[in-house]
Amino acid sequence: MEFFLHLLVNGISLGFLYALSALGFVMIYKSSSVLNFAHGELLAMGAFLFLTLTAWAELPIILSFALTLTGCFLLGFIVERFFLRPLIGEDLIQVIMLTVGLAAMFRGLLLFIFGGDIHKYPEFLPPELSIKLDLIQIPSVYVATFIIGLLFLLLFGFFFKYSSQGIYMRSVADNQPAALSLGVHVRRVFALSWAIAGLVAAMSGIVLGIINGINVHELSSIGLKVFPVVILGGLDSISGAIVGGVIIGLLETFTGGYLSTSLREIIPYIVLVFILMVKPYGLFGLKEIERV
Amino acid sequence: MTKRKLHFSLCGNLKESYEEELTIFETDFGRLWLCIGIVILLGVIPFICSSYWLYILNTIGIYAIAAIGLNLLIGYTGLISLGHGAFFGVGAYAAAILTTRAGIPFLAALPLAGVITAGVGMIFGIPSIRLKHLYLTIATLAGQFIIEYVLVQWEGLTGGAEGIPVSNTSVFGIGFNSDRSFYYLIFCSFIFLTWVMVNVLRTRFGRAFIAVRDNDRAAEGMGIPIFKYKLLSFGISSFYAGYAGALFAGYMMAITPEPFNMFLSIEFIAMIIIGGLGSVSGAVFGTVFIVSLSEVLSIVTEFLMNVGPTTGFAVTIAPLREFVFGLSIVLFIIFEPKGLAEIWRIVRSSFRLWPFSY
Amino acid sequence: MSRQNKLLINNISVVYSDVIQVLRGVSLAIKEGQIVSLVGSNGAGKTTTLKAISGLLKPENGKVTEGSIEFQDKSIQNLSPEEITRKGIIQVLEGRQEFKYLTVEENLRVGTATRWGRSYQKDLELVYDLFPALARRRKTLAGFCSGGELQMLVIGRAMMAHPDLLLLDEPSLGLAPLLVREIFRIIKKINQEQNTTILLVEQNTNMALQIAHYGYVMENGKIVLEGEAEYLKENPDVKEFYLGTSMTGDNKSYHDLKSYKRRKRWL
Repeated sequence: MEFFLHLLVNGISLGFLYALSALGFVMIYKSSSVLNFAHGELLAMGAFLFLTLTAWAELPIILSFALTLTGCFLLGFIVERFFLRPLIGEDLIQVIMLTVGLAAMFRGLLLFIFGGDIHKYPEFLPPELSIKLDLIQIPSVYVATFIIGLLFLLLFGFFFKYSSQGIYMRSVADNQPAALSLGVHVRRVFALSWAIAGLVAAMSGIVLGIINGINVHELSSIGLKVFPVVILGGLDSISGAIVGGVIIGLLETFTGGYLSTSLREIIPYIVLVFILMVKPYGLFGLKEIERV
Repeated sequence: MTKRKLHFSLCGNLKESYEEELTIFETDFGRLWLCIGIVILLGVIPFICSSYWLYILNTIGIYAIAAIGLNLLIGYTGLISLGHGAFFGVGAYAAAILTTRAGIPFLAALPLAGVITAGVGMIFGIPSIRLKHLYLTIATLAGQFIIEYVLVQWEGLTGGAEGIPVSNTSVFGIGFNSDRSFYYLIFCSFIFLTWVMVNVLRTRFGRAFIAVRDNDRAAEGMGIPIFKYKLLSFGISSFYAGYAGALFAGYMMAITPEPFNMFLSIEFIAMIIIGGLGSVSGAVFGTVFIVSLSEVLSIVTEFLMNVGPTTGFAVTIAPLREFVFGLSIVLFIIFEPKGLAEIWRIVRSSFRLWPFSY
Repeated sequence: MSRQNKLLINNISVVYSDVIQVLRGVSLAIKEGQIVSLVGSNGAGKTTTLKAISGLLKPENGKVTEGSIEFQDKSIQNLSPEEITRKGIIQVLEGRQEFKYLTVEENLRVGTATRWGRSYQKDLELVYDLFPALARRRKTLAGFCSGGELQMLVIGRAMMAHPDLLLLDEPSLGLAPLLVREIFRIIKKINQEQNTTILLVEQNTNMALQIAHYGYVMENGKIVLEGEAEYLKENPDVKEFYLGTSMTGDNKSYHDLKSYKRRKRWL
């Protein structure tokens, strides 16, 4: 029983972590229909920037946190401006391949600077955050993840559903020429969505770094783990990202706990294939409306 | 005896009948060049190249076969597969298992491995009944991971992470154990498979594939059974990947699951994008580019490694290989999104039209 | 009639991808508060003219190479669509380009993009007033609306931007005759009540000339005929080629129908 609860808590917090990582990804997909294969590398960029600022430059936590978020916001902006903007109007596969190329660039750069070892942040989360339920102890990192994840997800959910800027972003994803004809600033929408994606990615990169340590390979593989998460939830749904994240998180911890550790890495993909067979647009995704 | 009229190039793209549209060679010069090319490829190159160069050419030949196959799927049918690295691996393992465990001669195992891979590819193509675009892409990504897992975990059959040897028994006195003999095997297969592909593309099937790519709903309305064609495209394209994988296995003598990872899938896509989507020659150009790039990059790092004072430096710049690889893909897509095939076309037509380019 | 020119197009040429010339020397003048119709057959360059005005040529690799476009006496040719829409020119694209995955109300809200941050409640009410059918479906995804509703939606969406000049591209495309009449009635109403200047591109020459004040006929990238709508309706060539009624009246035998040879010989 204790083992079960332990897995449950681990799974749910892992799920929120996945959901948070998926958020930036969904952001870009929602505004420009681009699958960003460089998302894991964006996470890693954020995590390493934070590492540089806290551990090496020894700035105060709050300051370096703010600086990291700003830095990654700018990074997303720059990536859009210099790499994606020239491709507006090209085939989707070109854009996807471009993000693959970007991923390789970032990964190479990070490995060049930081090497392939695992780094650690200095301890900074207050231990009071941890919660003790009658059987198990939930560490403060998990609680923090949970709070941050929920906060961001709610924020973005409301942003897309109700704010004008959010609606403009969705309109661009939906029908770009029509959005242009109504004066939606399409380039600004793209830039903004990449910038926000960079920011959210940095956020989740830091949290991941606190939990698992910071390692280029590990963080960039999380970028691929995002795919089953968002597909399960439906590529463009934020609440779907949470559900997808939690499902994948639970699946992973339970498979790892009860079946075998090697199956753990692969189980999300197996489930993914089955779900796609039954519900081709994920559990919460918009069904494609096709009219000829 | 009727005299055959020779065709020369016209100053422009003037097709007067559908037959002209379907011809492979517009002019007899094209035919002549191709014959000269094949003679050089098979008659001259293997005798003047060192075994290092033959090794590079062989690698290019193997990957080019897989890239041509993938191009049918992505460039002509419009289905993006992120699982071709794994399909390539399936072919390699099929060849290894057939030769070592079933004792089938390598030459016979080659097409068999292709057929097995085609079967596996079609299984992963089944989601294309209902899935479209990005969702399908991700389903193939899942396929990649699942196959990788099976290759590592099914130790009884695949030898797990240890790998498996490929036995290479000779048939009719033809043994494949030198770079040169493999060169002939690879490039004869390459020429044959390219010929098949070019001809598939100009038949009913090719036109159906393109129709599915451009608008699958309209294609369905025209009476094309789209699922059948999508599956067929998966099948043919995986056959090419599997055949290439089998060649790879034979050439390498022993294989481990390691090379058939997601990165290989991405490399294949990079090849056809850099070469130019929807062009057979483009896939070959792209393969040449990617293989040479990674070869040049490893030569540079090795060189720096061996020169005394830079050894330490070289270890740290090794990751930059990946950086340069990514950068070249990015630059290519930004500056020439239609790929090398387009550059080649422009160069050729400016020669053809010279000196009256307007 | 000494109304001011809202939009003045002076002898423009438009070239796509640096090679295909679509417009060759088109000149138009649109007076404040009028409805001006631009009619012509397929491929005459009507849509291109609209796109030249609204700046939407750019994403299609087209360019105004010669001539000038002046809106309220300021030159606007080759500006980006963002700038042009913010000056008050809104184009309603051909073929009902709705946002499929947004609800009707969200579709309308996208129309406020040019004046982001200001209140839009009143405009919503105005649009629902013009098109009561939309009010009933405000929470429906636009992808599930009928063709008529969508046409209303895209016109309403453009109205949300408070346009000074509304460019309508074939609002009658694919609609039943009754609905066409309804749409045109509303266009007229918008023109009268909001005092919006409208440039209307149509295949349905009959309807277009009925509500317009002034009209232009295009062929092969040129304006071949222009005049007050009343004059155009009576013009024998327009009658024959665009309105489908002959000069002589109803009883026309096929014997007399040699006039196709006269086509393309306006000037």
